This record gives sequence, C-alpha cells and structure tokens, in this order.
Amino acid sequence: MSALLEIEGLEVTFGGRTAAVRGASLRVEKGETHCLVGESGCGKSVTALSVMGLLARGGHRFAKRMTFAGTDLLSLSDRRMARIRGNRMSMIFQEPMTSLNPAFTVGSQMAEVMTTHKGVSRADALERAVDLMRRVGITAPEMRLGQFPHQLSGGLRQRVMIAMALMCGPELLVADEPTTALDVTVQAQILRLLASLKRDFGLAILLITHDLGIVARVADRVSVMYAGEVVERAPTAELFNSPQHPYTRGLLSCVPVPGRVRRDRPLGSIPGVVPRIMPGFAGCAFRSRCSHADATCEREIPRRAAGAAHDYLCRLRAGEVIAPPPA
Amino acid sequence: MSAPVAVRMAPTSRVGMAGFAFGLAIVGLVVAAALVGNALVPQDPFTQDLGNRLKPPFWMAGSQPEHPLGTDQLGRDYLARLVYGGRISLLIGIMTVITSGLIGITLGVLGGFFGGRVDDAVLFAITTRLSIPVVLVALAVVGLLGSGLVLVVATLGLLLWDRFAVVARATTMQVRTLDYVSAAWCAGASTPHLLIKEILPNIASHLAVVATLEIALAILLEAALSFLGLGVPPPLPSWGLMIAEGKDYMFFSPWVIMIPGVALFILVLGINLVGDGLRSLLGTERLA
Repeated sequence: MSALLEIEGLEVTFGGRTAAVRGASLRVEKGETHCLVGESGCGKSVTALSVMGLLARGGHRFAKRMTFAGTDLLSLSDRRMARIRGNRMSMIFQEPMTSLNPAFTVGSQMAEVMTTHKGVSRADALERAVDLMRRVGITAPEMRLGQFPHQLSGGLRQRVMIAMALMCGPELLVADEPTTALDVTVQAQILRLLASLKRDFGLAILLITHDLGIVARVADRVSVMYAGEVVERAPTAELFNSPQHPYTRGLLSCVPVPGRVRRDRPLGSIPGVVPRIMPGFAGCAFRSRCSHADATCEREIPRRAAGAAHDYLCRLRAGEVIAPPPA
Repeated sequence: MSAPVAVRMAPTSRVGMAGFAFGLAIVGLVVAAALVGNALVPQDPFTQDLGNRLKPPFWMAGSQPEHPLGTDQLGRDYLARLVYGGRISLLIGIMTVITSGLIGITLGVLGGFFGGRVDDAVLFAITTRLSIPVVLVALAVVGLLGSGLVLVVATLGLLLWDRFAVVARATTMQVRTLDYVSAAWCAGASTPHLLIKEILPNIASHLAVVATLEIALAILLEAALSFLGLGVPPPLPSWGLMIAEGKDYMFFSPWVIMIPGVALFILVLGINLVGDGLRSLLGTERLA
C-alpha cells in the first residue's frame, strides 16, 4: 500500500507561545480508516485542521514533510490548495447543528460544492446529491433538497454533511469527532455508514476521536497523540493487545472490558491533566503523569519499534512496561 | 446537565406587533403616495397662483375644495407639494442608506473577517468617522459645493456608514467562527465566496434593522439641511424646505409648517416602528 497522506514532523504554534502540535508524524494509507486518539487538548483536531489549511487566527504550521497523494501540501499555492479541499479531500465536523449554512437550502449547498469544483451543471449536481443522500440513508432525498438546515435533526444533518463531503468523490475524508454530538443510536448508524462508504468508495478516513470503543470498531490503524506528539502508532488489534507506551496503557485501562476488569476494583484513570507545553520543552511530555518516569525521561526520547508497523515514543523497551496498568 | 427549563420565546408582544403593523401601514402609504400620488392629485406642485396665497386647509374656515390642504405663500397646492416632497424624502433616505450601507458593510465585514491589521484599519476609520460632526461637515460641504439632491445624498452617505460598519463587524466576528464557515472553507470555497454567501446572508437580518433606523435618520438630517437652506434647492418641495419656506408665515398661517412637520414626524415614527418590529421578528437568536 502506498501512503495517501503523509505528515512528518508537524509543528503548530499559536502566537508563538503555545505549541499545540510538536513534531507529530502520521501516515494514512489509501483506503484505510486511521484513527487519531487522545484526550482533550492533545492536538488531534489541530493536526487535522492544519492538514486542511484551516488554522485559526495566529496559528502557524511547520512540517518537514506533508504530502497528499504525492502532492506536497506545504508548497501549494492557496488557489491550488482550494482546488484540493472539498474535491480530493473533505472534512466533516463535530457539531452537525452548526456545520450547515442556515441561509441556504440543503440542495443548493450540496450542489454548489460540485458545480464549483467539477464545473458540472446544477441539475447534474442535484442528481448526484439525491443519489448520495439516498446512499447515506436519508429517506425522501428529493424532499430534503428544498429544506433548510433548521428543518433537519442532528443525525440527518450529519448525514447531509457526509453526503456533501462525498459530492466530488474525495480520496480522503477527515472526520473530526463526527459522532460526539449525536446520541448513541445515531452514533452507531453513522459509524456503520462510514465503514460501508470506506468499503464501497475506497475512501481513506482520518477519524479523530477520544472514544476507544469507536476505535476498536472502525479503525484499521491507530495513532495515539499526547501533548502534541504521536506517542504510539500501531494496527488496531496490536494496539489493543499489546500497548507499549505507558499513556496508551493508561488510556486502555480506563475502558471497562467485560470479563477482564474486576468488578470490585475502581476503573483505571490517569492522574492529572495534559500539561501546557512551552517552547523549548525537552524530554517526554507524559513524565509528570507516568508511574515509570525517572531522570532519563527528561532527555531526548527514542522512537522504538515494537513490530512491523508498530512504534512508540518511550525510553522503555518493548515489554519493559511490565507493571500492570493502574487498575 | 441542568434541569429542563422552559425556553422563553422572543418577546413579540401584541403591542409590539401592532406597532409593526402600524409602521408598515404608514411606510406603505407614504411609498404608495410617492410612487403614484402626483398622478392622483390634480394640481401641479410647481404652479404658482398668487391670487390664492396661503389658503387654509379643509378643516378651517375659508378653505377651497380644490386645495384640500390649502396653498403656500406662492399659491402652490400644498397637498401636491406634500406628496412630491414625500417622494424626495424617501428617495434621499433610501439612496443615502444604499451608499452608506455599501461603505459600512464592506468595511465591517472585511474587518470582522480578516481581523488583525485590516480590523485595526477599519476600527480606525470608524473612530475617525465618529469624531466628525455630521451636520457641521454636511453644512460645510453643501456650503462650498452648492446644494443639490445628489450632493446631499453623497454627503450623508459618506457620513452615516458608521453604524453599518460597527454592526457588520461585530456580527461577522460571531458568524465567521461558526462551523459552517469552516465547512465551506474545507469544501474549497474561496474567500469572496465565504464573505458573500456564508457571512452576508447570515448577518443580513441585523443589517436590515440598521438600515431602517438609518433611513429615518437620513430623512431627518435632510429635512434639517433643507431647513437651513442647504438641502435640496427650491422649488423642489422637500418637507424640510417646506417648513423653512413657511416659517415666516407661521404666526398667521400655522398649517404651513404644521402639515409637513406632522408628515415628517409620522414617516420617521413609521420607519422606526418597522425597524423595531423587524428587530423583534428577526431577533438575534438566529445567530446561535
């Protein structure tokens, strides 16, 4: 497989003071579902936004390499980037209630994406919109075309967003916590939908989430982020079966697994919060919360391999993290 | 999660709605009069008849049936002049708001959207504008360049854009951070597209309210300028000019200033009522 999206050494700073992402590296293969997990404030969303070139005011990105299907995104002009955005890679957001423009009908918003990028007629674009809406499980799509966003429920809106993101047949879909704002039944439907779209369209999905249940369900490969770094990368099964980084282990111990978690003991938790990282910080960012931390954690941390496609960022060798996750 | 709380709807009280309807009726009446009024009134607003000077209106003794609102000091029919003057007042109000709206909305949206240096420049322009006394500058300009309809519109338009800019800037700042703007950007939309199709339609309701208030203000300012002899030139019958021309006769023929004065008051009241009604109908809750 060849990489569709490859990011190496991504750094994002806001106003030069806070480092939101510090040297994150990420590789999304063609047609895979890649999950980016981590707790709030660890830089997941900022990473995704910087891929789209959508950083808030004052945000700056630097990277050693950032390529999309062989195209260097860093040197791309704004106009050529705009041609890729929405066309070859698109994005769906966390909050479906505010992601659609309240002033226009669903149909005109969907058609516009395609008439802009592909130069097709409005009628053809509307036809494709109806097809896709049916594909993402919207009943009576012809009727929905003429409706305004406020007439749709949250689940419907997220489906419309997904259909809109697929209008131009993108190769990569960036989904920033697409199910967080939805209730669990709708959540399951949307996840199933994403999985089937990936299968049918050969779509690569970069899914950002903090829900390990979602990761286990849909991901092919996982990157765990902590404090702006990707601390562990592995195929999903391998990550769940033999997590190496103490942070990954800590995360997994927070999830109850029937049969494995003892009922009479409290569920695991990671003490403390993600520290605010100042420029010039060195060493392991997790050391303030890690039970294995010692003085060597303040030095440069090596990236160690734990398998063919599995690596992690820790001074400990694979298997050295023997202490059971705090449970 | 907090306990469920009944959501209070926007206070569209009955009194408020009655005011809105009343305002709409007034504005509609004046607009209709401005459009077709002079076709319905048989008299010409410019024909002088010195034999019939200062005839009183219909409710006073000595009125003439062919001049229901009497005549002015040159014997011109007052109803015809009132109707024609309404046309000029509305024309000036609307043209001024189009000019000032274009300037103010452009500046405000650009400042609110781009922020940083652009916003600093816009804020500087707004502060500068706010420090300029409108009536004095208008007097100076008209005094230097002579009076005329176009000049009055241009002067007022270049001076009254501040409220548009302030409101457009503030609402743009709120809208630009919403997800659908980001989503449109992610869908490959260009900056002009974002400004025109994502931002503008969603701040339009706020701007509509500002526009009504500004029309009323422009009409009042035009009346003031005309009263001072610096608005539209005679013999055009602007309401302000009619008051100015009638002021020498007000002690013996009070209706010559009363009629245009009341007309001005009612029109401005009507426009303001429409503005208030629009504000409570469109509300700010649509932004959330």
